[in-house]
Amino acid sequence: MPSPGEALTQIGFGRTARRDRWWATPLSTFLVLGSFVVYTTWASLQGDHYAYGNYLSPFYSPLLFGEPPHAWFGPKPGWWPAWLIFSPALFILWAPGGFRLTCYYYRGAYYKAFWADPPSCAVGEPRSSYRGEASLPLILQNAHRYFLYLALPFLVVLAHDVWEGMWFAGPDGRERFGIGVGTLVLAANVVLLGGYALGCHSLRHLVGGALDRLSGAPARKLAYDCVSCLNRRHMGWAWTSLFGVALTDLYVRLCSMGVIHDWRIL
Amino acid sequence: MKATFSIWRGDAQGGAFRDYPTEVSEGMVVLDAVHRIQSEQAGDLAVRWNCKAGKCGSCSAEINGLPRLMCMTRLSDLPLENPVTVAPMKAFPLLRDLVTDVSWNFAVKKRIKKFKPRPPDAPDGTWRMAQADIERVQEFRKCIECFLCQDVCHVLREHQLHDKFIGPRFFTYAAALEMHPLDTEDRVEELKEAQGIGFCNITKCCTRVCPEEINITDNAIIPLKERVVDRVYDPLTRLLRILRGS
Ligand code: SF4
Ligand code: SF4
Ligand code: FES
Ligand code: FES
Repeated sequence: MPSPGEALTQIGFGRTARRDRWWATPLSTFLVLGSFVVYTTWASLQGDHYAYGNYLSPFYSPLLFGEPPHAWFGPKPGWWPAWLIFSPALFILWAPGGFRLTCYYYRGAYYKAFWADPPSCAVGEPRSSYRGEASLPLILQNAHRYFLYLALPFLVVLAHDVWEGMWFAGPDGRERFGIGVGTLVLAANVVLLGGYALGCHSLRHLVGGALDRLSGAPARKLAYDCVSCLNRRHMGWAWTSLFGVALTDLYVRLCSMGVIHDWRIL
Repeated sequence: MKATFSIWRGDAQGGAFRDYPTEVSEGMVVLDAVHRIQSEQAGDLAVRWNCKAGKCGSCSAEINGLPRLMCMTRLSDLPLENPVTVAPMKAFPLLRDLVTDVSWNFAVKKRIKKFKPRPPDAPDGTWRMAQADIERVQEFRKCIECFLCQDVCHVLREHQLHDKFIGPRFFTYAAALEMHPLDTEDRVEELKEAQGIGFCNITKCCTRVCPEEINITDNAIIPLKERVVDRVYDPLTRLLRILRGS
C-alpha cells in the first residue's frame, strides 16, 4: 500500500495499492489445482482399484489394457517392459490432461496462481522480462483445438460407461438393469465434463465463431448459440467438472477398496 | 461523516500521496469527494472529468489500487475507515496529479485498418444486415474509451510493451471491425505481428475492470486468437485453405 511520500511508479513482486484480498483467488487456484494434479498423478499411477463391478473410474476410461470386463484389448500387454511402471491411465490421461492444461480459462488462472504473471490484477510481478504466449514455450498453447478433438470422443466413452454402470451382474451371472449411487456419480461426471468441454472457446470458434455472418447458416448458428451459452459459465464448468472427475475416481476407488459400500437405488 | 482521501499530487518529475480529510455524505461518489477537496482545500488539483455519468470515459483513476471510473465508484462501496487512495493510471505518462497523457491510445487506433464494407446491397447505396449477425459486435461498440482495461493490463502496466502490443481496448476495437458482417478487410496477420495479440495471457483483468461490462477477453480477444490460430498455427486449416485456393 503506498504511503505518503512513496514514489508512484514503484513496482515489484506483490506490490499493489489494492486493499481487498487480492491473493485469495490465486491462492485457492493454487491449492485446488495443485491438489488435483497431485491426486490425479497418484491415482493414475496406482494401476489398481480403478474398477468396481460395472463401474469404471474416468481416469482409466477408455481402458485399453487392464481388468476384464472393461478392457478393450485384453490384459497388460506382454511386451510391456518389466522395469517400466504399468498403469492403464497413462495411455489415455495425457489427452484430457492436455485439454485442461491448454484451456483458455485455466491458462489465465494458472499463469496467475503458479507463475505470478501477474499474481493478481494490478499487483506487481516477480520478473521484468515477459514473452506471453507469443513465443516458445507458451506459443504451443495454440494447439488447444487439437486437444479438443481428442477430448470430445472421451465424452462418448464416458457416456457409454454410464450405460455400463446401469447393468449389474446378478447371482446367476445375467446382467440386470439397475441404478446405484455409483451410476449417478458416473452420470453426473459426464454431465459436468460435457458442460465443460462443449463450452470450449475453440469449439465456439469452430462451430460458428469463425464466421462473420451466421444468419445464413441456421445449424451453425444454433450450435454457436449453444456453445456460447455454456461458454458464458466456462469457469464454473471448469471447476465443477474438475471436482467431479476426481470425486468419481475416488468413489470407484473407495468402493473397490471396500472402504465404502455402493448403495443400490433400483 | 468524515473520510480521508490519499490523493497523488505531483508530475512526471515526482510527487507524493497527500491526505485530505473531507466531509462525505450519502450518495457520494469518489469524483464528488475529489471535487469537494478541489474546491475547499486544493484548488490546483488536476483532475479530468466530463459527464459524471460513466459515459465519457474521462475520470479514470486507480482507487484503492484498482482502475475505476471516479464518477461511478460509490463511497458506500469503499471501506472508509482507512484513507481511500486515488492515484492516476500507471500505464500512461503522468501529466499532473490525476491526469495522464493517454494520446498513445489514439495513435494506436489510427494504425488499425479501417472499416471496409462490401459494395452496397441496394441500388440506393445501402446495405442489409441481419440483427443476429450484428449483435456480436454491438457489445464492443459500448466502449467509452476510458482505457481502464489498458491500464490494468500487465503487458502495458508492468512490462511497458506499448510498442509491441495494442492492448485490450484495441483488440475490442479490431474485433468490432473484423467480425462485422459487412467488413471485407483482413486484420489477422497484423493482430499477430505488429499488434502482439500473442502477448495477452488471458488473465482477464481487462474484463474485470471494464465499466461497460464488455466481455473483452472471452468475446473479443479469444475469438481473435482463434482466428490467428486458423491463419498461422493450425496446419489443418492452412491445408484446407491451400486446397480451396484461398
Ligand atoms: S486478458 Fe490479456 S489483454 Fe486482458 S488484461 Fe489480461 S493480458 Fe491484458
Ligand atoms: S473496453 Fe471497457 S475498459 Fe476498455 S476502454 Fe472500453 S469501456 Fe474502458
Ligand atoms: S477453452 Fe476451456 S476447454 Fe477449450
Ligand atoms: S466523468 Fe465521464 S465517465 Fe466519469
